[in-house]
Amino acid sequence: MVEPAMWEIIGLTVRLAAFTTVALLVLGTPLAWWLARTNAWYKEIVGALVALPIVLPPTVLGFYLLVAMSPTSPLTQILGGRGLAFSFEGLVVGSVIYSLPFVVNPIRNAFEAIGTRPLEVAATLRASPLDTFFTVAVPLASPGFLTGAVLGFAHTIGEFGVVLMIGGSIPGETKVLSIAIFDYVETLQWDKAHLLSAGMLVFSFLVIFLMMLIEKRLGGRLAR
Amino acid sequence: MITARFAAALGSFRLDAGFEIPGSGVTALFGPSGCGKTTVLRCMAGLARLADGYLAINGEVWQDGRTFTPPHRRPIGYVFQEASLFPHMSVRDNLLYGFKRAKADRPAVAFDDVVDLLGIGRLFDRPPMLLSGGERQRVAIGRALLSQPRLLLMDEPLSALDRFSKDDILPYLERLHGALSIPVVYVSHDITEVERLADTLVLMKDGKVQAAGPLQDVLADPALPLARMPQAATVFAARVETVDAAYGLTEVTVPGGRLLVPGDLGARGTTRRVRVLASDVSLGRQAPVDTTILNALPAVILAGEATTDHQMTVFLALGADGQGARLLARISRKSWDTLGFAPGDAVVARVKGMALTDQASPAPAPA
Repeated sequence: MVEPAMWEIIGLTVRLAAFTTVALLVLGTPLAWWLARTNAWYKEIVGALVALPIVLPPTVLGFYLLVAMSPTSPLTQILGGRGLAFSFEGLVVGSVIYSLPFVVNPIRNAFEAIGTRPLEVAATLRASPLDTFFTVAVPLASPGFLTGAVLGFAHTIGEFGVVLMIGGSIPGETKVLSIAIFDYVETLQWDKAHLLSAGMLVFSFLVIFLMMLIEKRLGGRLAR
Repeated sequence: MITARFAAALGSFRLDAGFEIPGSGVTALFGPSGCGKTTVLRCMAGLARLADGYLAINGEVWQDGRTFTPPHRRPIGYVFQEASLFPHMSVRDNLLYGFKRAKADRPAVAFDDVVDLLGIGRLFDRPPMLLSGGERQRVAIGRALLSQPRLLLMDEPLSALDRFSKDDILPYLERLHGALSIPVVYVSHDITEVERLADTLVLMKDGKVQAAGPLQDVLADPALPLARMPQAATVFAARVETVDAAYGLTEVTVPGGRLLVPGDLGARGTTRRVRVLASDVSLGRQAPVDTTILNALPAVILAGEATTDHQMTVFLALGADGQGARLLARISRKSWDTLGFAPGDAVVARVKGMALTDQASPAPAPA
């Protein structure tokens, strides 16, 4: 029932989400830490920029990304490469920006919830700031990391507007699930659209349900 | 020797506190809430940094001008008001956190000793969440000690506990005092804790140091408010001389006199701490005859001051020559006037009751 073309779509979508999530955790963690701890006056400006994709129409974000990624754009010239538009790498970059708030905000909130006390305790016990970060801050913020990773992954899976603008619909390269559903509907292949949509529905429910379970368990363990 | 000075304007509050205290024993930073004592302690730990600060511990400068050793490079232990155990670690891992990181130094504080001293061995595998308040604070104290501190800082470690847990922990703190040579700076607003634990007292008010010195001297200083408190008391280091088993009394020497204290206080030469409330001391011109009060000590009046309209606080020095320890007496103004007391007079101080500070309740007076 699920034909090879569909598996390719699903595989590509999962790969995109996985790459994006890893990249987001690597980039988002220091950003979240900085946002949680700094007293810089421009802190909330950065915070607002990070949160912007929540309210910005995906097509607007996609449009600017398309302009920036075109082969002739100044950015591409500076990077000295081919334009990232209509490529898998381009999709990863776009997804990272698009899903940034869904990863950074939960982690930032988790860092803020720790407060300064455990960090001070660690310092008085001879732990350097980096040591404290990995042995105290990250474990205590683990529910935030989990929430962030799950949200980032799921949000990337469901992404449509940005992908449409910068990815097009190249099979095996940029044709992800949401685009495929759209194509199937356009070409009146309703049964296939049904199949993928129902799959997404179940997937989304499981993601949210799992997240709530995990948060409940971790939250109970770390309560003081 | 510990030399500290911290100054800053913190909003409308002006902190300007400087003191010099011995590099051993327990020093209490004592004062009302909001007097800046916790800020001073945080500065000593390096958790707060005031631009205008100086701190040297036994010759090692931790802060001076642009010199500032960050907290994780200071060999300190810090006990916070709340135990603040790491909730994601077991009791054992909490204890080992600082111990492992201090490995570079020679472990002067052995793991098993601390565990025994604080009685926390049976808590090892429990998550901190399942401990009582008193147990948590004991683990926190152990955790701080195991980081091999050369200075132990304690910020009102008992104030978040109920009466029961406090009584549970105080004996452990006293044992620490006896067992370890680490200097301790102890912030408190509870004078009974201070009388029990401290050797040196730094009295703070409104961000300033009012007085700093040996506990006995500061408690009985006429220039300071402590002697005017309703519960004013003096504290002596008492050395055990002889135990009279037949009468159940121990004779101890205090600077400038001898006292009989009920009970067996231990071997000859043991030092115990005796606390005498000002209201338990009465004065006479002559040695008492026909009285059940056993303790009558020659003393010299240093000063007398009206504490209320009808009550006097008398500052005394023990010994016929007035060279001994300070003692406070709370008497009526009528007695003061009737007997015609004046500074310089030789008197006999009758001590109706006294308490060993390491006993939960005051011992009845030997009468």
